[in-house]
Formats: sequence, C-alpha cells, structure tokens
Amino acid sequence: MNEQILQQVGSLLAGTIRVFTPITFAAIASSFSARAGVVNMALDGIMLIGAFFAVFGSFLTGSAWLGLALGIFASVLIALFFAALTITFRCDQALAGLGINLLAKALTIVLLQAVWNTKGKSAIVNGIEMIRLDALKSVPLLGDMFSETSPLLIILLLSLICVYILFFKTVFGMRMQVTGENPAAARSLGIKVERAQYLCVMISGVFAALGGAYLSICDVNVFSRDMVAGRGFIGMAVSLFGANHPIGCLLGGLLFGFTQSLQYRLQGIGIPNQLIQMMPYVLTLVALVFSKRDTSALTENQL
Amino acid sequence: MRTALPRGGGAILLWIAKGGALFSAAAFALSLVVAAIIMLLAGFDPLEGYHALLIGSFGSWDNFATALGTATPLCFAGLSVSIGKRAGFFNIGVEGQLLSGALTAAIAGAYAPGLPAILHVPLCFGAAWIVGGLIGVLSVKLKQFMKVSELIITVMLNYVVAYTVELLVAEFFLNSAYVVRTPDIAGAARLAALIPFSRLTTGVFFAIAGIALLWWIYEKTRFGYEITAIGLNRRAAETGGINVNRGVGLAMFISGGLAALGGAVETMGVHGYYVANMVNGYGYDGLTIAIMGGGNPIGCALASIIFGALRAGSSNMNRTTSIPGEFISILQALVILFVSTPLLIRYFQAKLKKRPPTTPATPATPTTPAEAV
Repeated sequence: MNEQILQQVGSLLAGTIRVFTPITFAAIASSFSARAGVVNMALDGIMLIGAFFAVFGSFLTGSAWLGLALGIFASVLIALFFAALTITFRCDQALAGLGINLLAKALTIVLLQAVWNTKGKSAIVNGIEMIRLDALKSVPLLGDMFSETSPLLIILLLSLICVYILFFKTVFGMRMQVTGENPAAARSLGIKVERAQYLCVMISGVFAALGGAYLSICDVNVFSRDMVAGRGFIGMAVSLFGANHPIGCLLGGLLFGFTQSLQYRLQGIGIPNQLIQMMPYVLTLVALVFSKRDTSALTENQL
Repeated sequence: MRTALPRGGGAILLWIAKGGALFSAAAFALSLVVAAIIMLLAGFDPLEGYHALLIGSFGSWDNFATALGTATPLCFAGLSVSIGKRAGFFNIGVEGQLLSGALTAAIAGAYAPGLPAILHVPLCFGAAWIVGGLIGVLSVKLKQFMKVSELIITVMLNYVVAYTVELLVAEFFLNSAYVVRTPDIAGAARLAALIPFSRLTTGVFFAIAGIALLWWIYEKTRFGYEITAIGLNRRAAETGGINVNRGVGLAMFISGGLAALGGAVETMGVHGYYVANMVNGYGYDGLTIAIMGGGNPIGCALASIIFGALRAGSSNMNRTTSIPGEFISILQALVILFVSTPLLIRYFQAKLKKRPPTTPATPATPTTPAEAV
C-alpha cells in the first residue's frame, strides 16, 4: 500500500519536472526582456520557431545538439526581428507580438509541408539523450525525478543561478534594471538604452529556444503543429507571478508544473478531458490575479 | 495605425485623403512581396499560389459568392476588434467570442422549436450577443483588476472558452458520434442562402447593418465620442469627466456581441448546426482586418472582402497546388506587422526615394508612430 502511494507520488513529481522545464525557460526569457523594459509578446512564436528548427537541425545533421544550436540561432533571429520592430521602428509590442506569433505558427506549418510533406507532425528525429544516474534509481522519489535527467534541465538550473548573479551582482544587471525602470534616466547616465534592450531581447530568444527545443527534441523527438500551445504566454504569466526574479520564476514554474502534473493524474477518475486541458490556462489567469500589481513593465498605459 | 479619426461626416473621406487607405494598400502590397519571397525560400512557387488564390476567389460567380460569404463573419470579427480598439482595448478574444456566439446560436436555434422566423432569428442573435458581450466585458474586468496586458488575458481566455465550448458540446449537445456537432437548428432560425448552395446568405445584410451601426456610433453619438477620447488618451478623458470604466465596458460588450454575431451568422447561415473547428482562425482574421481598416467601418468592410477572398482562394489553392493554405496566414501576419509599423514603411519609402546618405535611416529620437498617418 505504502509502496503504491510512493509510486504515485513519484510519477507525479516526474510529471512536474516535465511541465516545469519548458515553462521556466519561458519565464526566464520573459523576465530577461521585461527587466530591460521590453515586453516580449512574441515569446510564444519564438519558442515555436525554436522547437521547429531544433527538430529540423537534428533531422539534417543527425545530431540533436546541432539541432539545438540551429533552434537557438533561428529563435535569436526572430527575437532580433521583434526587437527591431518594437525598439527601432516603435511598433506596438502587443501588435508586433501578435504578428510574430501568427507568422511563426503559419511558417512552421508551411515548412512542415515543405520538408516532410505533411501538415501535422514531422518525422521522429534524434533527441537529446537523457543522462542516466543508475545510482539514484533505487532511491524513492528522487529516483523518479532524477534517475533520467535531461541535460536541458541541468542547463536550466545552471542558468537560473547565472541569471541571478547577472541580475543582482553585476553592473550589467543594474544597468538593465535602470533601463527598464526609467529609460530616460538610463540614457542620461550614458547607458546605451537601445543596445541594452536589443541584447536582452536576443538573450530572451536564446532561453525561449531552449524551452521550445525541450518540448520538441527532449520530450517527444518530433515537431507537431502548434506544439507550444500558449506556453510562451504561460511563461510570461509565471515570470510576472515571480516578479521577474529568477527565484520567483523557479518557484512559479514548480508550482505550475506540480498543479498541472496533478491534473494529468486526475484524468483517469471521470473528470472530463476538456476540463483538465483547460486547467493550465485557468491557472495562469488565477496566478495573474495573485501576482504583484505594480508590474509596470508589463502594464500598458492605455487602460 | 493607431490614430483615431476626427469626428464629422467626412471622416471616411479624410482617412482616404490623408493616405490611410493608400498606406494600408502599400503595406498589403509589401506583404504580398515578402510572403512570395518566403514561399520561394520554402521551395514553393508563389506565382502558382497567387494564381490559385485569384481563381478561387474571383474566378467565377460561385467562387465570388463564396468569398463574400466568407467575408461576412470576418466583417463582424473586424468590426468587433475595431470598436474595442477605438476604446483602447485590443480585443484578441474575438476568436473565443465568435466560438461562443456560434454555439449559443446553435443551442437557441435547436432547442426552441415552433417559433416563427421573425422571433427565432432575433432570439438566436440576442442570445449570442449577450454571451459574447459578457465574455468581452469579462476580459475588460480582468484587465482592470490584474493590470496586465490584454494580450495575455485574452489569449488565455480564448483557450478557456474553446475548451468550455468543446466540453459543453461533448457533454450536453452532442448529436453524432462521428462528428463533434450539435443537432440541426429549426428551419425558422436558418438564414436563407442568396445564391443556392453557396456560403452567401442573408447574413451579409446583418454585416452591413453592423457597419452602419458602428458608423452611427462613431459619428453621431456621445458614446462614440467618449470612447474615441478614451482610446486617444485615457487620463485626459477621465479628467474631462468621462466615465472610463463604463465606456470601455460598454464598448467591449458591443465588441464581444458583434464577434458573437459573426459566429451566429456562420451557424445559422452556412452550417445549420455547431460543428467543431467551424470558426477556425476567424478571430485572427478579424484582428488583421481591423488593423488594415484603420479603425474605420468602411475600411473594415473592404479589408474583410480581401480576407474573405483570400480564404476562399486558399481552399482552391489547397486543392489544386501543393502549397498549404497556411500561406495566407503568413500573408496576414505580415500585413499586421507592416500596417502597425508605419516607420518601417516610411523607411522603405525613404530607401526608394534614394535620399542622401547623410539622412539617418532610422530615427534616433523617439517619434510617435501615429504621426505617420
């Protein structure tokens, strides 16, 4: 009996990690640009592009890591496009985001058709191999969570630490903060505001690509149309929930992953499927209700 | 284009005279070129695609009727975004509101038998309007409460509405085991086809009525003046004694209602029941249409005909070529990006005119994009 419960909890925790990883990457991506005063509304589309090109790169070269590199490259290009539109050409961030998300969705389907002659799913490609820790396997709970660890999870945890140091312990992080909070003041201090914003949006693209690539070449090893399904927006909500702080992103991502994993476990006991599929989005709205109110970077002046 | 139009009867003429229509046309042309380049890079023949699009939309009277019939719900979606935008709320929830309207009309149409058409059609429309309008109001209230961009809220809300609709159909109104659809609506609730077996129904007259309604609101009513003021400068409107929350709320009730009518027209005219995926992407077309139409009801009508034609043409393109229909979504995304980035178009204009190289290509000082129009 005890063993069964342990097993249930173990698979719950393993599920948590699977949901947590891409969402937290998205949350880091969002907080990176938000701190510099740009709301990366195109996050969803950038993740989708990253997911597609990671699979495409792996398909071309046979190496998942080269695929990841291509995914990052493509995502940074799209992020650069978003930066150019919003920073240089002063396009409304919501409109630019909407356009790029739509573009990414359509473009990936057209490319699916061009490469694999289908509009649904790509061929199965080589994925990033899990790191096996056999020593952990016999340990309850921890074994379920980490006996097969994705390298991207390790990258995620390392980047959380790096991002924390970058945000709060470096001159660059401080400049970023000033840029986001008061661009005019930053400019008067001699900070190159536009350049800092460009850089942050591009770094945001790197993290978005990692999140997208986790979905495609880590989780299932195929690309399917519209596979990001709003996770970019959920990531934005998580970073907002966590006040654009890496620890906040971590906790928000864990909370989100745990609740969603719990819902998947509920699927067997008669709750309609649609209700369970709806939950992440409802949860996001609830999280937004409880997040800090004065998140000026993500608020528009209009209303 | 974010500039709202000046008041007065000549606003539409002014929009055209000030180059608003020309600007939209230029952005559309630029999108056609860039989309063609993308298709070339992906290994498809864009000329073949454009040819199939043209044949599929204007090749015959039947095809043209399909284009106009498809333009009908799109026009509602465009008008819906337009009035929201006028009040400063970017309604990306149109997709969900359309969907809710389609289902509500299907339920009201099927479960109130025996009513004469003169009562049944307004019942379906009214029910759809209320449900869609309330979703619109909900998104405003959520935004006012959370103080977060409406983009996140409405995108999340769209998923919630879509799954709720799916759930309601599957649990309560399922009619067939093979297709996810509701029962047939009563004959009295059907909108007659203008050309037999085409998508063009009497719904098109309701769309025209919708255009007239928005024109009337914008030009002739105090409410229209108030929401225009709110959209232009919320604080100034507030200082001027306008009840901002009420204005935006009411505008979004109309916005959501109009979107829902788009769904209702599709249910009552084209299908005769609600079926899964029937309004797939209409909401996003509506956003593009409103942006292209420059916040102007007549502009919206023209843009919706273009997008109706593109959709009608894309099914022909799907049939006759290997180019996927998503090609038009690429086009649409580019239209959104180019129309909403006036500085980019001006940059291209400057390049074309071959200005002396001393002029900075990109503005170093912040200029308001609104100036461009």
